[in-house]
Amino acid sequence: MILIHCPYCEEARPEVEFAYGGEAHIARPVDPSTYSDEQWEEFLYIRNNPRGRHHERWRHTHGCGRFFNAVRDTVTDVFETTYKAGEARK
Amino acid sequence: MSGFRLADGGRIDRRTKRNFTFDGKAQWGYAGDSLASALLAQGQMLFGRSFKYHRPRGILGAGVEEPNALVTVDRGPGRITPNLRAPSVALHDGLTATSQNRFPTLKTDLIAVNNVFSAFFPAGFYNKTFMWPRAAWEKVYEPIIRRLAGLGDSPTTRDPDHYDATYAHCETLVVGAGPAGIAAALEAAAGGGRVILIDEQEEIGGGALSDPAQWPWLEEASAKLAAMDNVTVLPRTTAIGHYHQNFVVAAERLTDHLSVDEAEGAREKLWRIRAGEVVLAMGAIERPLVFEGNDVPGVMLASAAKTFALRYGVAVGRKLVVMAVHDSGWRDALALHKAGVNIAAIVDMRRDVASELIEGARAARIACYQGYAVTGVSGGQAVKGVTIALAGVGKGQKIDCDAVLMAGGWTPTVHLWSHAKGSLRWDEAWGAFVPDKTHEDLRCVGACGGAWDYGKGLSGGLLPAPKPLHDSKAFVDFQNDVKARDIGLAVQEGFRSIEHIKRYTTNGMATDQGKTSNLNGLQIASGVLHRPVTEIGLTTFRPPYTPQSFGAILGHHKEALFQPLRKSVIDDWAAAQGAVYENVAQWRRARYFPQGSEDMDAAVARECRTVRSAVGVFDASTLGKIEVVGPDAAEFLNRMYTNPWKSLEPGRCRYGLLLGEHGFIIDDGVSARLAPDRFHLTTTTGGAARVLNMMEDYLQTEWSDLDVWLTSTTEQWAVIAVQGPKARRVIEPLVEGIDLSPEAFPHMSVREGKICGVDTRLFRVSFTGELGFEVNVPAEHGRAVWEAIWAEGQKHGAVAYGTETMHVLRAEKGFIIVGQDTDGTVTPDDAGLGWAVGKKKPDFVGKRSLARPDIVAPGRKQLVGLLTDDPQAVLEEGAQIVADPNQPVPMTMIGHVTSSYHSATLGRSIAMALVAGGRDRMGETLHIPMPDRTISAKVVAPMFYDAEGSRLNG
Repeated sequence: MILIHCPYCEEARPEVEFAYGGEAHIARPVDPSTYSDEQWEEFLYIRNNPRGRHHERWRHTHGCGRFFNAVRDTVTDVFETTYKAGEARK
Repeated sequence: MSGFRLADGGRIDRRTKRNFTFDGKAQWGYAGDSLASALLAQGQMLFGRSFKYHRPRGILGAGVEEPNALVTVDRGPGRITPNLRAPSVALHDGLTATSQNRFPTLKTDLIAVNNVFSAFFPAGFYNKTFMWPRAAWEKVYEPIIRRLAGLGDSPTTRDPDHYDATYAHCETLVVGAGPAGIAAALEAAAGGGRVILIDEQEEIGGGALSDPAQWPWLEEASAKLAAMDNVTVLPRTTAIGHYHQNFVVAAERLTDHLSVDEAEGAREKLWRIRAGEVVLAMGAIERPLVFEGNDVPGVMLASAAKTFALRYGVAVGRKLVVMAVHDSGWRDALALHKAGVNIAAIVDMRRDVASELIEGARAARIACYQGYAVTGVSGGQAVKGVTIALAGVGKGQKIDCDAVLMAGGWTPTVHLWSHAKGSLRWDEAWGAFVPDKTHEDLRCVGACGGAWDYGKGLSGGLLPAPKPLHDSKAFVDFQNDVKARDIGLAVQEGFRSIEHIKRYTTNGMATDQGKTSNLNGLQIASGVLHRPVTEIGLTTFRPPYTPQSFGAILGHHKEALFQPLRKSVIDDWAAAQGAVYENVAQWRRARYFPQGSEDMDAAVARECRTVRSAVGVFDASTLGKIEVVGPDAAEFLNRMYTNPWKSLEPGRCRYGLLLGEHGFIIDDGVSARLAPDRFHLTTTTGGAARVLNMMEDYLQTEWSDLDVWLTSTTEQWAVIAVQGPKARRVIEPLVEGIDLSPEAFPHMSVREGKICGVDTRLFRVSFTGELGFEVNVPAEHGRAVWEAIWAEGQKHGAVAYGTETMHVLRAEKGFIIVGQDTDGTVTPDDAGLGWAVGKKKPDFVGKRSLARPDIVAPGRKQLVGLLTDDPQAVLEEGAQIVADPNQPVPMTMIGHVTSSYHSATLGRSIAMALVAGGRDRMGETLHIPMPDRTISAKVVAPMFYDAEGSRLNG
C-alpha cells in the first residue's frame, strides 16, 4: 500500500483514497478542430510508457477530490514528488 | 529409547500427553510436539505420496520448507484445511490429520504405477502428451490428471469461522525471532520506539530452539521483551508479504494450535503493519542434495534431524548416515551424536575438511568418508541403506542405515527482501543469492543477510550420477516431482531463461514455492548450459511467503459486508409487496412485482398493459443526479454534452448525450435548468460516479477558468415516476403551487412546488412514451410521498412496475439504454441520435473525433429495430446476426441483438440490434443462427409504438 502525498491536503494518505488518472501534461487543445487527424490521434491515444520517471495524474477521490500531478518511478513505484494541477512539469 | 523418542532432552512436556489420529489411527505425543515429531517418535516414516508419480515420501525439513509431508487437518464441518505442512502443525488433543494424494491408502497406493512408467512423464509432459484430440481434453484427460496429480481437497461447505483484521504502526518491525531477530528487537526497543517482533513458529527462538546451549539466553531475552511496554511479540504469525513503503502484511493464527473445544473467537487475524524500519531476520533454509534416491522416506535435511532431536527429543532413525558438502552437516552430526543419536558415517564430497571436524567425528567413533558421494539409496517406503563411492564413480560400497541426512549448504530466506524489490547478488562462499540493495528502509540481519557462519561448503546442485541421467531418480523439486533430468531435458529442448525452465518443468511452482528446490534447479541449469548462475537469473519471489487462508485475507469483508448494497428509500415497500429484485451497479432494484402465481413474463405483461392503459408507479431513485451551479454552469454543460444548453430556458428539460473525447457515447440523461445558474442533471444509474469524475476532471484541469460547482445529489433525492394516461389525475390532488395543465406544464419541463406538503422538483418527462411525471422529493420524504401517490393511484387502477417493464416500455419507443444498446464503440449517429448533436457548436467533448476517417466511413454498425418473422419468437440478447444463413461456418457476422422482449402492448416480440450499414437495410430480412434453429427477422426503424408521440399528452 503506497502512501501518496496530496499537494492540496498536504498530507500523505493511503493509495486506496486515490485514483490514477493517466499520463500528465497532455493538455486538451483550445480548438480541437484545428488538429489534423494524426495530431488528434496522438492526443487521444499515444502515451509514454517509460521505464523510470513517469509524469502522471492522480485524483484524491476519497479525500479532497482534487486532481494533481505526480512523478513516479515505474520500476520501484516510488513517488518522487507530487504537485498541484497547473504547475510546471517537474 | 522408546520407539524413536530419545530418553531425555527437547522442549516437549513429557508429563502432558496429547492424543490424536493420523489416517484414522490413534496416536499420541507430548505437549510441545509438532505433528511431524510426534509421528516420527512413533516410527512413522511415510507421510505422503508425491504429486505426479505417487512415490512414497517422508519428512524432509522441520519447518515451513517441508515439501512432502502435506496433511489435511479436520476440525469439523467447514473447518477442513488441506496442504498443511506436518512439521508446522502444533499437536493438540483431538487433532485429526490425514495424508493426501494416495489411493486407497498411504501404504498401498495403486496409482504409484505412475512411478513405474515415469520415463513417460518427462518435463512438459502435459503439454506434449495430452494435446490431441482436442475434444478429449475436457472429458478424458483433465479429469484423469486431476485424480492422478493432486493435493488435498478444498472444503466444500461454508467456513463457519470468522477472521479478525487490524492495522498497526511501529518504528521498527522485526520479522523472524531467532537470535538475530531478538537481538535487533532488543536494540530497537532500547531506543524507546514501538517495536513489533513477529515469528511464524509456536514460540520465539528460531534456530536457538534447536540448540539447548542457547536456551538460558533465550529465556532471559524473552522475559526482557515481555517486560517492555513498547514491544509487541507475535508468535504464530507469518509475514506473508512486504509491500510498498514498509507495509507488511502478517497473518496471526489464533486458534489452530488449540483443541476444538478450547478454540474461541477469531481463527486468524490479519495484521497490516506500517513500519518506519523493517528488519528481516528470517534465517536460512538448508539445501537438499540431488542424488539417486534422495526422496526415499528417511532421507532428510541434517538441520531437520537436529531440530527433531534437540527441540522435540526425537531420533529420526536408529542408525544415520550424513551426506554433506558443507561443514554444518558435520556440526549437526556431532550435535546429534551428543544427544544420543547413532551416526554411522559422514560422507563428504570434499577431500579437504577442517581437521577439528574430522577429529570430532573420530572421537565420536563416526566413520568419515571424504571425497565420497552417495550414489544410491536402497529401500522403498523407508531407507534400508546407502551406496557410497569415491568421487561418486564405480560400484561403491554399501552402508546399512535407516535415515540419510543431507547437508547441501544454506539458502538465505530473501523472500520478503525480494517482495520489496531489493536486489540480490550472488555470493560464491554461500553458493546462494544474498541481499544487495534496496530503496526501502529495510535491512537483513543474521543468516538471511548472509551474515551467519555456518562454516565452509561446496556449492553445486548435483552429485555425480551413477546412472545415465535419463534413468535417474534424483529429485530437485520434491513437491512437484521434478527430477534433475527434467531440467536437463528442458535445456536440451531449447529453454535458456530460468523463468522458462521453471514453468516448463514446474520446478519451484508447488505450494512451497521452491524453498528447497530453486537454487538446486538453478545450479543444475547452470551446469547443463555451461553458463554462470548469475547469467541464468533467479525466479521472482511473490507473496504469500507460505500458503495463506483466504479467510484471513477477506477478514470481515464477506457476505453482507463484501460490497455495499445500495437501496432506495422505497426498497422496503417493494420488499413488502413481494418484489423480485435485480442488482444494477451496486443498487438493488425491484425488477417486477408478481401477483399470485405469476411468473416474470406474466407480471411484466400485466404491468406493461396497465401503464399503457391506466397508470404505473416506478421507483427511479437510483438515477444518478448532479447539481450544477454557478455563473458558468450553462457554458460548462455546453462544452461537456453534445447538445446546446445555453439556449435552454429555466423551467425546461433537455435530453443530454455525453461522449468521451473519443467520440463514443458514454452516458445520457434528462436534465433540467432550474435557474440561469442552476441545473439538475441526471445520469444513468451505473454511470453517476464516472460522469461526476469526468466533469470534475475537465473543470479542474482543462477549464479551471469556469466558475461552476458540481455536487452529487443522487442519494438526496427520491424519484417517483408516475407514467400513463391517468398520471396527471393521480398526482393532481397531491400537488400544490404547480399548474399541471398541459399548456402551463408541457412535456420536457420542470416546476418547483410542493407535493404532500414537501418541496418537490416535478419533471414532466417520459421514458415510456406515455404522459409522465417524475416526482423528485428529498429522500427522507420519499417513502411517505410514494405511499401517498400509491394510495391515490389505487383509485385509478395503478400498478407498481419494476425495471423489466421499464425496459420493455422504453424499447417499444426505441429509447436506448447506454451500456446495453451501446458498448463504448457507438457514436451518436450510430445510435440514431444525430439529432442530439449541436451542429452549430464550435466544440464539445468528443466533437473532433466525430470527424475522424473511421467514424465517418460507411458501413458502421447502426442501431435498428428487428421484427422476427415468427411474432412469438423472442431473440436472445447478444445473439449474432448474419445476412446469409447458408454460408459456410465461420459465418460473417454483421451485428448483434442488443435488446429483445415480448411486447404485451403489440402482442409480439420486438428487438433492437446494431447492424453494419443498418439504416440502409430497412425492409431486408436478416438471420440469427441459434444452436437449434435459425430465426429470420426484418430490419425496421427502432420505433415500435406511437411513432407520432401523441400519447405523451395523455
